[in-house]
Amino acid sequence: MPRMTMIESIRSAMDVSMGRDENVVVYGEDVGFFGGVFRCTHGLQQKYGVNRCFDAPISEAGIVGTAIGMAAYGLRPCIEIQFADYMYPAYDQIVSEAARLRYRSNGDFTCPIVIRMPTGGGIFGGQTHSQSPEALFTHVAGLKTVVPSNPYDAKGLLIAAIEDPDPVIFLEPKRLYNGPFDGHHDRPVTPWSKHELGEVPEGHFALPLGKAAIRREGSAVTIITYGTMVHVAEAVAQETGIDAEVIDLRTLVPLDLDTITASVAKTGRCMVLHEATLTSGFGAELAALVQENCFYHLEAPVRRVAGWDTPYPHAQEWAYFPGPARVGQALREIMESR
Amino acid sequence: MTDTPLRFHVPQPASRPGEQPDFSHVVIPKAGSVERPPVDVDPKDIRDLAYSIIRVLDREGQAVGPWVPDLSPDDLIRGLRHMMTLRSFDARMQMAQRQGKTSFYMQHTGEEAVSCAFRIALSDGDMNFPTYRQAGLLIAHEYPLVDMMCQIYSNGRDPLKGRQLPVMYSSKESGFFSISGNLTTQFVQAVGWAMASAIKGDTKIAAAWVGDGSTAESDFHAALVFASTYKAPVVLNVVNNQWAISTFQGIARGGSGTFAARGLGFGIPALRVDGNDYLAVYAAAQWAIERARRNLGPTLVEYVTYRAGAHSTSDDPSAYRPKQESDGWPLGDPLLRLKEHLIAIGAWSEERHTQTQAEILETVIAAQKEAESFGTLHSGGKPSARDMFEGVYAELPPHLRRQRQQLGV
Repeated sequence: MPRMTMIESIRSAMDVSMGRDENVVVYGEDVGFFGGVFRCTHGLQQKYGVNRCFDAPISEAGIVGTAIGMAAYGLRPCIEIQFADYMYPAYDQIVSEAARLRYRSNGDFTCPIVIRMPTGGGIFGGQTHSQSPEALFTHVAGLKTVVPSNPYDAKGLLIAAIEDPDPVIFLEPKRLYNGPFDGHHDRPVTPWSKHELGEVPEGHFALPLGKAAIRREGSAVTIITYGTMVHVAEAVAQETGIDAEVIDLRTLVPLDLDTITASVAKTGRCMVLHEATLTSGFGAELAALVQENCFYHLEAPVRRVAGWDTPYPHAQEWAYFPGPARVGQALREIMESR
Repeated sequence: MTDTPLRFHVPQPASRPGEQPDFSHVVIPKAGSVERPPVDVDPKDIRDLAYSIIRVLDREGQAVGPWVPDLSPDDLIRGLRHMMTLRSFDARMQMAQRQGKTSFYMQHTGEEAVSCAFRIALSDGDMNFPTYRQAGLLIAHEYPLVDMMCQIYSNGRDPLKGRQLPVMYSSKESGFFSISGNLTTQFVQAVGWAMASAIKGDTKIAAAWVGDGSTAESDFHAALVFASTYKAPVVLNVVNNQWAISTFQGIARGGSGTFAARGLGFGIPALRVDGNDYLAVYAAAQWAIERARRNLGPTLVEYVTYRAGAHSTSDDPSAYRPKQESDGWPLGDPLLRLKEHLIAIGAWSEERHTQTQAEILETVIAAQKEAESFGTLHSGGKPSARDMFEGVYAELPPHLRRQRQQLGV
């Protein structure tokens, strides 16, 4: 099976989708001729023509707004917002329009669009290239929110998102584009070619939205996480010797609650881990659900580990990022808690 | 460097409550005086059209000048009936709201010609992205009045299952995109719809709608950029009814002179039209629609009209503009003007008008009775609470299933 980086697998997902369905169109800032600042759409314009892959003006509201109109017509736009940090001008279109169109028109009009956005930090991008705004989407009725953690999932989930009848926010952890990242920023970068989930089928395959994956089975504690932090959690379990079960949610909405509750019922302890800021983050929702559904199995309080409630800093990136030291410390405290 | 203190400028309307209405700032050219360029004209050669007003009906009720459209007396009688139906519909629904049968209503008084005439210029399959004051697009497409009323009543037959505020209709079949209620969002969506039609090599075009006040939203700018860049087959309609709730149009317009002129910087040809002149609206719409269909790109059309009534049932205009301002509006009433024209050409009479008015009222009352037999907002049939959870997604996800179970429906 071919090996791909996450950039290549995302590109492959769009390529396969455009090849199968001529209603799939791809556009965004720098997306056409050049192929995107992260190269995810490289070659698509050359292969499918300017009518199906093209450059857009620097107007996120315009990109999302036109995509909603195209979807109402019958196309399936898969659009790129260059960085998730830039999506705010489009937020009204996403929240008030894309998310509600099926509902408010009673299915007369629908909005099958995918909005791809590179998300998260770890690249010294500062406050405008590092944010993780997923909770701003999971709070909105009518949206689905996907965060892949590896090339295999990214392709299968993106194809499923493009084929989904409803709007999907597809957040791509940019630190994972070229290799898994376990938070040890001072160590050499590992490429995806050395990771089993860098093996990606060439052709069409879809992973269901709403199904989590267990990345590491364990019996002592459950770590519920997604995106970049999946790799940090796996590394910390390895390094501390704490037998943690690592759940990669893959999709935040719809959420695979069954996998979460089965795991916490088994382990009796739970950490919720994400890169986004703590307060009102998606982790708060996860912690509440674990408490509501697994209260009598819990042997320790549910613990959240997340980014600090500050703007994403530049020089202080590694003090901000919930890396192996913080995750490890929290994990030990959860195990000591009685 | 001078010592002159800087001055902050807040535009003010010409008159306020208690003062005499003053429309001296609305310069009205003579009917028939504005040229009609060919549709493939270079936009830079017709910049003056963004600052004038295309008018067809003169003070004697005659249709004059190069913009006289090819509409038969029967077409015009049909148009008059549409406008009369809309006005009658408005009156009944306004009253129904006052009677507590629904929560909210928005009338079209004075603006009926804009949506009624525009609809006639479109073809089946074209798509409007309307605001809340274009119900004429539905009425002129013979959409059932009963269905509109059921939506307003949020009753058991509401096509939108009680999910939307009254008047936020949706009908794909009638080329009427779901009304959001948020402003200007749909303007750029219309451009996207038009881009899709062009991408697919289709023949259908889109029409975007916005009010004078909402042109200030950044989505308006985005729409003009995308429409201009991709030469989208779309007609960009700005209905300038002078008032955005209590805010006069000068607050959104600023120093640009006219809303039509907003198109010029984008290379989009712009027309400014008498919005109370059914024939002029139709003629301008037809010109813009033909441009779109012939791959000549977008056109911006400003309809100069006047919101004779309140913004909505929640509004009282006497608090911010002279009570008799509407009487001073220099472009008159669209229904009366078309009626006078039809009488002037011998196709209509006072008797036929009175008779038609009675007929229409009867039709509207019958529709209202039928709609009310399916319930009103607070009595009779209504959509089930179970419906509330449907349609958020194509398939009910587990968390909504759990919430529906909690509510016990």
